[in-house]
Amino acid sequence: MNSLGFLRRPWRLAAEASALVIAVVVAFPLYWMVLSAFKPAGEIESSEPRPWTLAPTLDSFRRVFGQQEFGRYFLNSLVVACAVVLASALIAFLAATAVTRFRFRFRTTLLIMFLVAQMVPVEALTIPLFFLMRDFGQLNTLGALILPHIAFSLPFAIWMLRGFVKAVPEALEEAACLDGASRSRFLWQILFPLVFPGLVATSVFSFISAWNDFLFAKSFIISDTSQSTLPMALLVFYKPEEPDWGGVMAASTVMTVPVLIFFVLVQRRLVSGLGGAVKD
Amino acid sequence: MLGGLLVYPIYQLGLISLLEYTQAQVSGGEPTTFQGFANYAELFADPEFWRVLLATVVFAAACVVSTLAVGCALAVLLTRVRALPRLALMLAALGAWATPAITGSTVWLLLFDPDFGPVNRILGLGDHSWTYGRYSAFFLVLLEVVWCSFPFVMVTVYAGIRSVPSEVLEAAALDGASQWRIWRSVLAPMIRPILVVVTIQSVIWDFKVFTQIYVMTNGGGIARQNLVLNVYAYQKAFASAQYSLGSAIGVVMLLILLAVTLVYLRLLRRQGEEL
Repeated sequence: MNSLGFLRRPWRLAAEASALVIAVVVAFPLYWMVLSAFKPAGEIESSEPRPWTLAPTLDSFRRVFGQQEFGRYFLNSLVVACAVVLASALIAFLAATAVTRFRFRFRTTLLIMFLVAQMVPVEALTIPLFFLMRDFGQLNTLGALILPHIAFSLPFAIWMLRGFVKAVPEALEEAACLDGASRSRFLWQILFPLVFPGLVATSVFSFISAWNDFLFAKSFIISDTSQSTLPMALLVFYKPEEPDWGGVMAASTVMTVPVLIFFVLVQRRLVSGLGGAVKD
Repeated sequence: MLGGLLVYPIYQLGLISLLEYTQAQVSGGEPTTFQGFANYAELFADPEFWRVLLATVVFAAACVVSTLAVGCALAVLLTRVRALPRLALMLAALGAWATPAITGSTVWLLLFDPDFGPVNRILGLGDHSWTYGRYSAFFLVLLEVVWCSFPFVMVTVYAGIRSVPSEVLEAAALDGASQWRIWRSVLAPMIRPILVVVTIQSVIWDFKVFTQIYVMTNGGGIARQNLVLNVYAYQKAFASAQYSLGSAIGVVMLLILLAVTLVYLRLLRRQGEEL
């Protein structure tokens, strides 16, 4: 599997050393974020920044969690992200199966459409979506966040998942059919488990886009702050002239940790998943 | 639903871009009037639009090229090392990937802060401000964009390289091919479908960079020097309530991306690749 064999020893050591150095460089901003979250206020705003702290404190976190309804924002973000992941995974699975397993008119057109849909600048679409949500009476509800996120994560999810469905040999379906399995039985008991790693990989993307978004939250949740989400809480601390760095970093840490946990959980499946998605 | 939430707004976007649509029309004070292509004419006559367009194209191209180069190089590196360094690099990359754009932007700002940031200390730059100059501000944003988007390329390309039989690579090495030559003549052609996907995705994402520019240069930089099209559209629509101009910019972006992708797919098809 691995192509280590033919690399001479000094070269391999050099490669490993540089891999470690790059890993440190890449991880450094994250380290600095967590470090700054624990630093006392005086140390963050010192002209001699040190890469460690001798007096870690939870002050910044206290300020973040002490903010009104922070727990509620967290919960709202979680609800939105989970709803988006589940709904888009389900729809994307069915849609990807449809566009790979069946030949129908406009199939290629539909595929191009999925690609086009990703190119639309979301920021520009906020304007018409705002009016749409207003007409549906969905403003200030979590639905106003969930629905657009599903719509925006679907094209990419379908596009990625297509490769996985394609990788499952057609012969399998024929065999299942011969054994007397119905279409839906094949779909859920054979195809679904096989495509599952791909679903995980695409879910990562839906999760991130829903979790990170602050544009929709800012535009659609205007008066009812109890429906607001985490990124809005972060923005409270970030004022361009006089940023409260400790608060920003603590809020950022709180916001990043769930995504990190999610990533580490799916890490293995992600690598095999992305490989399969594009192997066709 | 896809139709309702995507096609309808796109249609609306196109429609609004053809209308006279400002604060007065939103609140119902004045009726909307059809303007034809007047908004586009106004846009194209504005020298700032062309300046922003040029900046966007150059900036996006730089982002795409750097992201792909870094991602591919590290993916190859990943296949050359043992499990422990590989895990370290993979975890660091996943961390960068998992970081929300908004938190990533604030962290990079803190790192390069003229007063409290460690980078200026290490480089001995005193209180040099990175966000003051136009190019250094763009460079800073570019670093952040590459940092948070190379992991996708790296992980995907790495997964692709793993699917290439190792005999092929060993044969190439035995024949005396250099690392660069192996990549150029063996790996890249074999994993081309993967490279196509990551290239298209990178182009789409980097052309639409919003959060990073908006947060890091505080909405477009000093004297709007760091505007890119997406932020420009947002500013036009929401800051100065010229919704129709903002929509027109959105349509222009959509068309440019569409053109780039179609040309790219056409080139691939000529080489015998199927979508």
